[in-house]
Amino acid sequence: MIFVTVGTDLPFDRMLRVIDQWAGENRCDDVFAQIGEGGWEPRHMPYRHFLQPPEFREKFDAADLIISHAGMGTILTALHAGKPILVMPKRASLGEHRNEHQLATARHMMQLRNVNVAFDETELREMLDHLGELMVPQTIGDHASDSLIQGLREFIFTPQV
Amino acid sequence: MSGHRPKLLAISSGGGHWIQLLRLRPAFEGCAVTYATVREGYRQDLEPGSDFRLIPDSNRWSKIRLLRTALAVTHLLLRLRPDVVITTGAAPGYFALRIGKWLGARVVWIDSIANAEELSLSGLKAGSFSDLWLTQWPHLARDGGPQCFGSVL
Repeated sequence: MIFVTVGTDLPFDRMLRVIDQWAGENRCDDVFAQIGEGGWEPRHMPYRHFLQPPEFREKFDAADLIISHAGMGTILTALHAGKPILVMPKRASLGEHRNEHQLATARHMMQLRNVNVAFDETELREMLDHLGELMVPQTIGDHASDSLIQGLREFIFTPQV
Repeated sequence: MSGHRPKLLAISSGGGHWIQLLRLRPAFEGCAVTYATVREGYRQDLEPGSDFRLIPDSNRWSKIRLLRTALAVTHLLLRLRPDVVITTGAAPGYFALRIGKWLGARVVWIDSIANAEELSLSGLKAGSFSDLWLTQWPHLARDGGPQCFGSVL
């Protein structure tokens, strides 16, 4: 199953339209989308505007591919579950977000070789047509890096005079 | 300091900020931790019995909501009087650091890993008064700026 999520209550029609068209053309009936409020509504895939955390978790667990905006919440959840994830950054220049940090997130996470990135609709369609070539990430552990945890502990437990 | 259990407030807004905060939990072992965030649904992410507080969400685009958040955070800090305040952002964490610092806490800003090319605006502002100012990207660390100890990955 492919679980598509825009991650928040804000819509991301540019991404959803490409996936919906692909699902329709390929008669793919194994896609489910969380689409946010107030946007365009897909015709070829079942969807919900918003999912409560338990429903979200259920869909997430059932999926073998996650497609989402380039939000770190969804990316971290996918990496922790060891599931391949394909992200498309929301663009402030297109009114989809308040600044361009998703572009930065996507570029740098891609360099770490743990997310697949489609920077625009054409790339997204291209990747959907070649799903077998998507990179599968290395699973991350339960917690932040040891050096970050240790640095924080030293700060917390060594009060300055 | 023997036997002293630091009182720590770990606070963030929702989504990725909250998930990043949760990934720091081993750093808080041995502290009396209070978690504060913006959605009731997040309570179940914590061990049963954890100290969980709900605060109203806001972002810097709505002044009235910002004010509500600031008041709720102030109220929480006055009751808790934490020794340390840690946040992964965004607006609620910024207020908690600003006001917490003023009340005598030591405060830590950890800029979201989402900000891979420049610090967030609140992150930049928090740098001027934070006791520990962190980015999660080594290429953004610099002298007189944020340090990088590692990341939530």
